[in-house]
Amino acid sequence: MGKQKIWAKDLLEVAGVPAIAIILGLVVGAVAMLWMGYNPVIGYQSLLRGIFGDAYSFGETIRSMTPLIFTGLAVAFAFRTGLFNIGVEGQFVLGMLAGALVGAAWPQLPWLLHVGLALGAGALAGALWAAVPGLLKGRFGVHEVITTIMLNYVSLILANYLIRNFFRVQEQEATANIAPSADLSIALLKQASGGARIHWGTVVALGLVVLVAFILYKTTLGFEFRAVGFNPHAAQYGGINVTKSLILSMLISGSIAGVGGAVEILGVFGRMAVSPILPGVGFDGIAVALIGNNNPFGVLFGSFLFGALKTGAIQMQYVTQVPYAIIRVVIAAIVFFVAIKELVRRILRLKRREV
Amino acid sequence: MVKKLGVFLIIATLLVSLAGCGKTSEPTQGSDTKQTAPKLKIGMATDVGGINDESFNASAYRGLLKAKDELGAEIKVLESKQEADYDTNLATLVRGGNDLTWGIGFAMSNAIEKAAKENPDKKFGIVDFAYTTVPSNVVCVTFKEEEGSFLMGVIAAKMTKTNKVGFLGGVEIDLIKKFEYGFRAGVAAVNPKIEVLSGYAASFTDSAKGKAMANSMYDQGADVIFHASGGTGKGLFEAAQEKSTSDKKVWAIGVDSDQYKLAPENTLSSMIKSVDNAVFDVSKRLNDSDWQGGKVVTYGLKEGGVDIAPTSNKNTSQEALDAVADYKQKIISGEITVPSTKDQFDSYLLKLPA
Repeated sequence: MGKQKIWAKDLLEVAGVPAIAIILGLVVGAVAMLWMGYNPVIGYQSLLRGIFGDAYSFGETIRSMTPLIFTGLAVAFAFRTGLFNIGVEGQFVLGMLAGALVGAAWPQLPWLLHVGLALGAGALAGALWAAVPGLLKGRFGVHEVITTIMLNYVSLILANYLIRNFFRVQEQEATANIAPSADLSIALLKQASGGARIHWGTVVALGLVVLVAFILYKTTLGFEFRAVGFNPHAAQYGGINVTKSLILSMLISGSIAGVGGAVEILGVFGRMAVSPILPGVGFDGIAVALIGNNNPFGVLFGSFLFGALKTGAIQMQYVTQVPYAIIRVVIAAIVFFVAIKELVRRILRLKRREV
Repeated sequence: MVKKLGVFLIIATLLVSLAGCGKTSEPTQGSDTKQTAPKLKIGMATDVGGINDESFNASAYRGLLKAKDELGAEIKVLESKQEADYDTNLATLVRGGNDLTWGIGFAMSNAIEKAAKENPDKKFGIVDFAYTTVPSNVVCVTFKEEEGSFLMGVIAAKMTKTNKVGFLGGVEIDLIKKFEYGFRAGVAAVNPKIEVLSGYAASFTDSAKGKAMANSMYDQGADVIFHASGGTGKGLFEAAQEKSTSDKKVWAIGVDSDQYKLAPENTLSSMIKSVDNAVFDVSKRLNDSDWQGGKVVTYGLKEGGVDIAPTSNKNTSQEALDAVADYKQKIISGEITVPSTKDQFDSYLLKLPA
């Protein structure tokens, strides 16, 4: 078992298990549709058309997958250190706010600098928000699931409060629009695809996938993170500073989520509005990381799957008038089958032994 | 070997059948769009509440169904699950060839404005929002929620025994403040000495929080609570039922739809906001070639856009209902202008006879 094998082993699971899970999930969805009196063939056909049908649909698929790459990476990264960061949602929200505020300020800055500053602000906000549970975990052993999940709601209410009382523009329940110098959208592709909101944030996300993979698998730091994730006691014994690793991993995870939030504002929304609900991409990121087996490239696959299902669901809903809840059933079924991957793996293993 | 083959066969069959179906049914899809029937096609995108919110999305959907029944319109509905869906949903509806596309809720204002700009030949409607300059292909539908809330304030003030009433808001935004200040004005019109407790749940969907907040207001001595909080308010009705004892009864007042059935023993009234009538009305006018593009259409008490629920006589005293009828007349005739913001409310208080 050389070093390279770790990649291969992760990736085999990434490819095989979810493929079966997706098929089983689609079957469950089809049964649900039949049961409710809808035609699953027309349903899935319009789902596919809603994903790949034309340039607009595919562009929107890419758009909706992009934030999930960030949140999925954030969850996966923390998970590799043994941390279950449920707070990605909240870190994402504060990243949005920071991105919106910096994006709207200083319109005279050159594009690259302004974008860099806004993304940096997003990363900082996300990292700071993650630092709280990180420190509590590292110093006092408070379980991060409790602290992060609670901070999600605090983040939403805090963001709404700040927008409403300090940053709103007249007659709007939102921050000012970002300056053109911070705009991440790609006008050319947007026009060519008939208005799909394609933006440079996707490129940033892809870059982060490679960067995170590099950190985790090719650096001492990443080795330490993974060692802590496998067995903190053994890692401690081996001379790794576990407390430092936990806090640092949480900070990095939070900053990835924060950049994702800023990207979403600079690329898609252009401003941040008061919202009655959390955006939900952070929670989806947990499932994305699970489907991707917490492997950075697996996250890419998982986010594409989720983004595609979400985008395709709209066309599916439009053509068949199937309730949106059905598509959630499909997504939930897929996550469910991935979660019971021991069963699925057994099916795969049977196959392999025979070959 | 057999098992392996079996698995592959199942997968292969599924994939082939999916792909095959994709091709065979394409012609039917095409002919659907080619029918070119003169029917009016109306699309609607809800905000994140969805059509089962028992509130204004549900009401808008009823209006759309009415348009289907009475105008023979072809209708399509898309529910949004997150803010990012707004643009995509509207684009899907526009590309689907709908003549009129509705965005339900102020949260969709940006998305509608953008879609209207990108598709100048298509028509749009938005509920609960008025642009400073309304694009010529958009109709804005707004309501005078403060007028209906005023009447609820009158009922609350007439029915309270503790001289303390409550207001439970959803998210603290200008739209919900219209409810609060209308309600406060109605209370003050009857008796300025009545204390109004007010709280916001920061959510339109958290009924557990609504219940906790309602309980706390009842504990502080309020005996009538009016809510404007969507699904959060369902908790208010539970609280009212549980807090009532044989010697002391507490009351709830509903919003948007008639919510009497949520707590038949403890509901005084509901402020009806007829999004359905408004949606139907605008759609019908379009059908009759009376398109009101570029305008803000406001539905108040006078236009039947807001009103008091028909079940109000179940638990509310006749004296209170008479007072409501009286104030309703005064509002319709313009004798009373109901405040909708804090500033307007403050100056309204100054004008009240001491």
